[in-house]
Amino acid sequence: MVDLVWLIPAFPLAGFLILLVGGRRLGEPRAGWLATACCAGAFGAAVTVWLGLLGEPEHERHFTQVLFEWVPSGSLSIDAGFLADPLSITMALFVTGVGALIHMYAIGYMHGDPNFSKFFVYLNLFVFSMLMLVLGSNLLVTFLGWEGVGACSYWLISFWFTDEANASAGKKAFVTNRIGDWGFMCAMFVAFGAIGSIDYAVLNSGALSPVTATAVGLLLFVGACGKSAQLPLFVWLPDAMAGPTPVSALIHAATMVTSGVYLMTRVNPILAEGYGWAPDLIAWVGVITALVAATIAMAQHDIKKVLAYSTISQLGYMFLAVGTGAYVAAIFHMVTHAFFKALLFLGAGSAIHGMHDQQDMRRMGGLRKVMPITAATFMVGWLAIAGVPPFSGFWSKDEILLGAYDVHPAMWAIGLFTALLTAFYMSRQVFLVFFGAPRWNDEVAEAADGDAADVPAETHETLHPHESPWLMTAPLVVLAVLAFAGGAINLPVVSDLLFLEHWLEPVVGDHQVHVETGTKIMLAVIASACSLAGIAIAASVYLWRKVRPVEPKVLEHAWYYDEAITAFVGGPGEAGFEGVAAFDRIVVDGAVNGVGVGVRDSGTLLRRLQPGFVRFYALGITAGVVVVLGYFFTRTL
Amino acid sequence: MLSAATAHSSGAATNVMLMSALEVTPAWYLVLGSLLFGIGAVGLLVRRNPLVMFMCVELMLNAVTLTFVTFSRMLNDVGGQAIVVFVLVVAAAEVVVGLGIIVAFLRKRPEATADDMAVLEG
Repeated sequence: MVDLVWLIPAFPLAGFLILLVGGRRLGEPRAGWLATACCAGAFGAAVTVWLGLLGEPEHERHFTQVLFEWVPSGSLSIDAGFLADPLSITMALFVTGVGALIHMYAIGYMHGDPNFSKFFVYLNLFVFSMLMLVLGSNLLVTFLGWEGVGACSYWLISFWFTDEANASAGKKAFVTNRIGDWGFMCAMFVAFGAIGSIDYAVLNSGALSPVTATAVGLLLFVGACGKSAQLPLFVWLPDAMAGPTPVSALIHAATMVTSGVYLMTRVNPILAEGYGWAPDLIAWVGVITALVAATIAMAQHDIKKVLAYSTISQLGYMFLAVGTGAYVAAIFHMVTHAFFKALLFLGAGSAIHGMHDQQDMRRMGGLRKVMPITAATFMVGWLAIAGVPPFSGFWSKDEILLGAYDVHPAMWAIGLFTALLTAFYMSRQVFLVFFGAPRWNDEVAEAADGDAADVPAETHETLHPHESPWLMTAPLVVLAVLAFAGGAINLPVVSDLLFLEHWLEPVVGDHQVHVETGTKIMLAVIASACSLAGIAIAASVYLWRKVRPVEPKVLEHAWYYDEAITAFVGGPGEAGFEGVAAFDRIVVDGAVNGVGVGVRDSGTLLRRLQPGFVRFYALGITAGVVVVLGYFFTRTL
Repeated sequence: MLSAATAHSSGAATNVMLMSALEVTPAWYLVLGSLLFGIGAVGLLVRRNPLVMFMCVELMLNAVTLTFVTFSRMLNDVGGQAIVVFVLVVAAAEVVVGLGIIVAFLRKRPEATADDMAVLEG
């Protein structure tokens, strides 16, 4: 059954091809159902392969399937192959599972859009690329998927490209990702140069020297920073909210942005072989990103931007786990995050849909009375991300914090504070949107900071928000159940319940945390207390209105990071580019042209020897004869 | 080459002495050859009429021929005389071609000089 692994990406590929050719003819909603069916088929294939792997003994859960030799080039031989092992199948399962639910949601969300079938063409291509990424047996197949998801992300963010802001957002995402891709490519080159192969089996077998391992690991981390929106390459993710909400849920919450974490987990032996400061660096970048993103999320007014910064923050937690060696915690949080973040995004999309495309939270309020299912499921996601036990987010976040405590208590403290902020800003969002008095028909309120530009110009006569159709609420319910119960895959209570840890052990090894049980329980209690404190503070500000809200401009503008980049590139950066261009024009082109000019000038000089006068030639001959004769006569003297 | 002995009477002794003082040795021919060559060279450089320049070239060729024969006699080597045959053949061929070009040119422009024939300039 494990050799059916090729079937997993084959389904969405088939869907992509069929919809590419005949999508428009299939029309709405059949195109959407076909795409959903293909994604569900991929999920079914993934389950089959998973069951096949379960049937093998623990140390043989490792199956490579080679389709064909992709690059037969002298000493370099790269296969187009799949690697089915616990890690890749875990990724495939939740990518296709959550993906199928989001496909179904999108049928309802994109109802009435003139480019309905094109949307599902891109979505299926995305799922195919993501599966190539996680199932690849070497860095190049992963890179193929990496670039594929980047391209699909670009297309999907810019789906409504007639609005220039959306097109720019897509461009920004693509260009920023490209910077990360440079790191990935350099890592491949270094690996090939060092050991002549980029196959995971060879890379992970301890063949690299410490220096090379550190280099490859950090270069891959650069790529991961780009794809997973960490400092300093996170700027594209908030702008990517310009895409339709199913895109934000699938790509920028559950799947594509987790590729960086997957990559680092896949090459964890390389990180272990390198110098110790490299994983530390990864952990610090992760935890600082988590903190910074959380602070920015506290002051956002757009419902999707809060969730975008929240995603950056949670990805920071995952990299913290990777850096401290707690790979199982990272994957655990990835899975639970996929559940609750997709749920939150789809819920936000449902709210936006019900509010007729209004995204500003200051114009929402009291929505739980008119959208009960959306509200209830959203609140499940809220409690999960805030880390309230027994929801799934509590278990996974707690494990990350435990891993951090074991390595560096400072990281644990920052992570804990960020958890408090997370609870705060998510509660703020819930209270602003679903509780309180309805603000959706108020006059355009002059917000305290005068940011009326955030509010769209068109104002309806009276807005009547309504609940979304079953196509959209059914996935919400399923995801809510998963967000609530998802912790069950790795409960730390008894060793037998640590399913995920045992399942991933062949891939990531056995990571021991040297903390006593008493301390563990105390840490869990402290974390829960922080979550509840965050919720309580948010309630006192936004629900019971006892304290005035503090939303500094600097946080709202994301610490002016975008403005700083623009100033640098437009100022000294541009001078640098001009300098390089001038060098190319003057020195390089000048040298090449100079050769031509030199040849021409020397030719002009030599031309003077041939004036056409016969007598001049005769004189030349005579002079030459005299010289030769003189030489011969004087020689014999 | 003329023998110093003559069958003359009384004034014969003086005549014999004069004759022997003016013996024509091969060196005389070499001098003649170089003189002819020099005249030809200078004429080639100085004159502008194409036909006259051609005649000077011929003069130079003949001077060289004379020198070759002289050396052949001096060194008792018949090779020099063989070369003369070659030189004459070459001179003849060159005359045919060169005169043909010059006549064609002068037919177009009867008053043309060598300076006007600068068509093949670089």
